[in-house]
Amino acid sequence: MPALLARAELLSTIRQFFAGHGVLEVETPLLCHAGITDPAIEPLMVERGLSLGEPRFLQTSPEYAMKRLLSAGSGPIYQIARAFRDGEAGRRHNPEFSLLEWYRPDYDERDLMREVADLVQQCLGAAPVEEISYRELFQREAGIDPFAATVEALRSRANQLTDTGGMNGDADVWLDLILTHQIEPALRKREGLVFVCDYPASQAALARITEDSQGHAIARRFELYVNGIELANGYFELTDADEQRRRFAADNARREQCGQSQRPVDERLLQALSAGMPACSGVALGVDRLLMLKLGESDIRRVLAFDWERA
Amino acid sequence: MLDGEPCSILDNEFVKPGKGQAFNRVRLRNLKTGRVWERTFKSGESLEGADVMDRTMEYLYTDGEFWYFMEPDTFEQHQADEAAVADAKQWLKEQDSCEVTLYNGTPLSVAPPNFVELEIVETDPGLKGDTAQGGNKPATLSTGAVVKVPLFLSQGEVVRVDTRTGEYQGRAGKS
Repeated sequence: MPALLARAELLSTIRQFFAGHGVLEVETPLLCHAGITDPAIEPLMVERGLSLGEPRFLQTSPEYAMKRLLSAGSGPIYQIARAFRDGEAGRRHNPEFSLLEWYRPDYDERDLMREVADLVQQCLGAAPVEEISYRELFQREAGIDPFAATVEALRSRANQLTDTGGMNGDADVWLDLILTHQIEPALRKREGLVFVCDYPASQAALARITEDSQGHAIARRFELYVNGIELANGYFELTDADEQRRRFAADNARREQCGQSQRPVDERLLQALSAGMPACSGVALGVDRLLMLKLGESDIRRVLAFDWERA
Repeated sequence: MLDGEPCSILDNEFVKPGKGQAFNRVRLRNLKTGRVWERTFKSGESLEGADVMDRTMEYLYTDGEFWYFMEPDTFEQHQADEAAVADAKQWLKEQDSCEVTLYNGTPLSVAPPNFVELEIVETDPGLKGDTAQGGNKPATLSTGAVVKVPLFLSQGEVVRVDTRTGEYQGRAGKS
């Protein structure tokens, strides 16, 4: 019961925040024609029904639909939506969860990070805010330079942290393992908000890519950790339709390599980008995790009315 | 089955960076060696199930090389070697019910009952009138196990022991 009350209060705080900042609340469809191509995200599908010509995807985030609204001239928008990711269940994951996603035309990722920090502090109370690059974070917490280390060096570092059996992986797999096994636990000991930014270009997802002062290709992407919990992921958004098409193709190529099925590309999103999406930044924030932080809960099931098993 | 060895999963934690590869950190116990360790898998990988099952069986006897157990409903007998009975052998009393883990039909491990009642076969003489003082002494039981018992107990008495801790629980009624 306290979790239900706290959730209602949190949603109300979020809506007041955006009303005060002139950001429009929108809703977009949950069941979509095209799913996400990201090899690390698996959608759930709805396969039967009179209205279905072909199976549809339950959204893994409202990103594509919201970008179509931005291209159509919506201006700043936000949405509190249910999202679904197959196979993601654990202490901080439920296959069905609530996402707060918002987009800010004319903001770059730094401007948006400030707004994210404002909102989170409004919800959780004042807290210190730290910003650190992905490279500095790995150097500080794992003693390794993610841009300079060889795949073999990363693999051997990962194998000091856990038995990986015969796991195969490229640099990103080992970086992800070092992140989940060593860096995230270390972040749990730091109070307040930690923004990690300047990700390797290979982990750009839908963020623009640029070069840092040392000439490394970096993604204009950030992640927010609060007390070690990964809370939000944001981009200075890619708006180039051709580059977007190449990334979809690269995702599908990678999926094929790993024996995963190909995903249809969202042509409606590509059309919208071609028509011209304004320069903007966007971020998705886990509402259930924000509630966990507010209530000091370490298990997501304790902040849901009914978790996946009891739904 | 992992690397050809039967293992049981003790704990399985799903972890995932914001974007990118998800992993399962799995705490495993090797059922043959008892070794407990953590292995990380990419999420979604599958493992071959091991042909392992637990059965309640009656302990029959030992010939010194093998320990014999019987399934109470089929009367089928199984012989367990020393590696399988391991520490359990010091608690095995004929006709007691044990949990036997079979792997491909052969006993892999044996768990004794949580509580057993065993006779003291050797201990220092009991001290009369010393029932309240506390203090204890080693006693050898009929199965060869040595447990600490209160000073007032003497040879021939039957005691109840918790096999998980090896601790004396009390005197049992003689049967």
